[in-house]
Amino acid sequence: MKLSIYRYDPDKDAKPYMQDYEVTLDHGDRMLLDALVKAKAQDDTLAFRRSCREGVCGSDAFNVNGKNRLACITKLAELPEHVTVRPLPGLPVIRDLIVDMTQFFKQYHSIKPYVINDEPPPERERLQSPQERDELNGLYECILCACCSTACPSFWWNPDKFVGPAGLLQAYRFLADTRDQATSERLDNLEDPYRLFRCHTIMNCVDVCPKGLNPAKAINNIKEMLVKRAV
Amino acid sequence: MSTGKLAVRRFDAIVVGAGGSGMRAALELSRANLRVAVLSKVFPTRSHTVAAQGGIAAPLANSTEDNWHWHMYDTVKGADYLGDQDAIEYMCRRAVEVVVELEHMGMPFDRLENGKIYQRPFGGHTQDYGSNKMAMRACAAADRTGHAMLHTLYQQNVRANTQFLVEWMALDLVRDPQDGAVVGVTALEMETGELFLLQARSVLLATGGAGRIYFSSTNAFINTGDGLGMTARAGLPLQDMEFFQFHPTGVYGAGVLITEGVRGEGGYLLNKAGERFMERYAPNAKDLASRDVVSRAMTTEIKEGRGCGPDADHVLLKLDHLGPEVIMQRLPGIREIAIKFANVDPIRDPIPVVPTVHYQMGGIPTNFMGQVVAPEGNSKEAIVPGLYAAGECACVSVHGANRLGTNSLLDLLVFGKSSGEQMIKDMLSLPRAQRNLPKDAGENTRARLARLDAAASGERVPEVLNDLRRTMQAHCGVFRFPDDLVQGVSKIKVIAERAGRTFISDKSKVFNTARVEALELENLVETALATIVSAEARKESRGAQSRDDFPERDDQNWMKHTLWYKEGNRLDYKPVHLRPLSVETMEPKVRTY
Repeated sequence: MKLSIYRYDPDKDAKPYMQDYEVTLDHGDRMLLDALVKAKAQDDTLAFRRSCREGVCGSDAFNVNGKNRLACITKLAELPEHVTVRPLPGLPVIRDLIVDMTQFFKQYHSIKPYVINDEPPPERERLQSPQERDELNGLYECILCACCSTACPSFWWNPDKFVGPAGLLQAYRFLADTRDQATSERLDNLEDPYRLFRCHTIMNCVDVCPKGLNPAKAINNIKEMLVKRAV
Repeated sequence: MSTGKLAVRRFDAIVVGAGGSGMRAALELSRANLRVAVLSKVFPTRSHTVAAQGGIAAPLANSTEDNWHWHMYDTVKGADYLGDQDAIEYMCRRAVEVVVELEHMGMPFDRLENGKIYQRPFGGHTQDYGSNKMAMRACAAADRTGHAMLHTLYQQNVRANTQFLVEWMALDLVRDPQDGAVVGVTALEMETGELFLLQARSVLLATGGAGRIYFSSTNAFINTGDGLGMTARAGLPLQDMEFFQFHPTGVYGAGVLITEGVRGEGGYLLNKAGERFMERYAPNAKDLASRDVVSRAMTTEIKEGRGCGPDADHVLLKLDHLGPEVIMQRLPGIREIAIKFANVDPIRDPIPVVPTVHYQMGGIPTNFMGQVVAPEGNSKEAIVPGLYAAGECACVSVHGANRLGTNSLLDLLVFGKSSGEQMIKDMLSLPRAQRNLPKDAGENTRARLARLDAAASGERVPEVLNDLRRTMQAHCGVFRFPDDLVQGVSKIKVIAERAGRTFISDKSKVFNTARVEALELENLVETALATIVSAEARKESRGAQSRDDFPERDDQNWMKHTLWYKEGNRLDYKPVHLRPLSVETMEPKVRTY
């Protein structure tokens, strides 16, 4: 198969360029990551992140033929013979397929991503019914790969001011947790023309999430909580 | 602030690795207002703890009667009597505390109708000291327990303002030549390619396992035994490295893990005749026998021609009888993996599986407070000042010759916490000032990097790595044969020499992943040597080590821990701690399930 890969090394390149690799696949090569590893075996200067190779760590998110995906769970059989791989859009490129995710994590941190409950903890677990726990499904599974936020035009325009779909999904994860007591503080933190309301329901986030999560729905739930609070 | 050209940064404590144990320790240190830096090759939530699936053991007794005595018994037996019973008692007694604490931190455990944490059965976990009643002891967040736990620990560290050095790789320990105390590490900032000397009053190694020494492994790319390599190069031993666990259910052909929780929920294994063959090997526990037992049974089935598929080289994991509801609710991640990596939907069809390298029972020798110990003078276990280790890279040893499922996440929390506590205690009792750095601090690291940068030709890293992994797979597998082991030792020695002559064409300073992989290879080589040399020398079968020529456990001669030294591949041995802290010794017995 043929891979066209975005290349840029600030140490030696004046500007980015695309490089083609011809990769011969073996029986055991199933996923795009296998092909990338083969390309790197030909040319060790090709740089990209990868770790778990099973879609749970979130390292190898790239833009593949125009769509943000995790290379390790993107089946080769479902790709055309010629595949173009670029870094995630909208974030500064450090080198090749490696982007600077500082802004992305800054937004994640800004929503206070931890359960806040200042009551003295009981001796045993805090109780939560299975139904209450089910509210966290579709939220806690996020792997922070940034496919969604870097597919979001609102995040491209205002990465410093708009929390973005990944951060907002997590904001709702803590709002939805019956053990958390900081609901009003969390809503205050989001009630802002940019932080939450830059979401224009474009839905790219839902389209690209490799874990099948729905940030748009979580954002809508937060908006509803704000409306309820206002009346 | 420099030694030669090496920039120096100073901390109270350095934690190398941001998986479960590193982040649990960091939490203690940050909360104690110490200056702590956590180094990680990857963003913390990318650490391999994220891939753990089935659960974390704690005798909460939410669904079945349970207590730490039973858990301790199961762990001692599971370890095939090579575990240190003081450390095992310590871990089992603190299990409820650390799991409840994790719940208070926000861990999204599944729940029972009464609101308590959901628990499922797991291999080797029983009631009443090994009776045929299984204990429901594995606290689970669906089949994403490691993911949920790692994110929860990261979140708490965000709250505690822990300083992370993300995408930094630690390269070598710096020791004071006077007394061998560890006074820091050298580390590479990957984004800039700059080498730093990070000075600290205490250093915790929490770098995880090195399953990547095998060709077929459930482990992530990053599991390259960096802490083991650092320890070995610093002249300290590695303990019990011959014991590598083969997880019974890796996806055939892909190596991706399928949790034992599948069998905990009622799934079972089938051979080509459709026979539930574990009934023959373990009449009581059946598919929930210990992992070493199940992996050997599967390998035997395949060897004797009862494997499935056109090449009769795997078996099937059946779970469709659990029904779509249980699968969607309790095992959604497994379904996702099976569809992606095996092209089967387990709601309808069984998953093809083979035993796959999963976990390293051995590691850096420590006591149960995380202090690294090594023979010195009359003592087999003298404390190495300033150095601590926790998690899979450490050998406490609670897993002995075979780990029970769900005891690894527990190990991370208990010994991550105890290491953090001990580091704080030791730092409070020591003078606040940093020691002087030795004059040649960092020179060995600089020499390694200089060689790599200067090399214009030589061995290619992916090729050496490939040979290493294939050799380990062929010579040191589920069943071990004397000739294979002897040949394997000499082959790995040759590969180790080749690893010293590697060459990379990437000479860039910026995020040079070729350099990182070359440095990782050196750590993998130390680990592989330790493993196969120790395996060849141990003339018995115990837990994960199963020798064709010595099929029985030999407590008379071999109930002892192996210590491997890099220098000359020297071996030493030390006794197993048979005395628990408060209860009677659990005497070795014939191990059946």
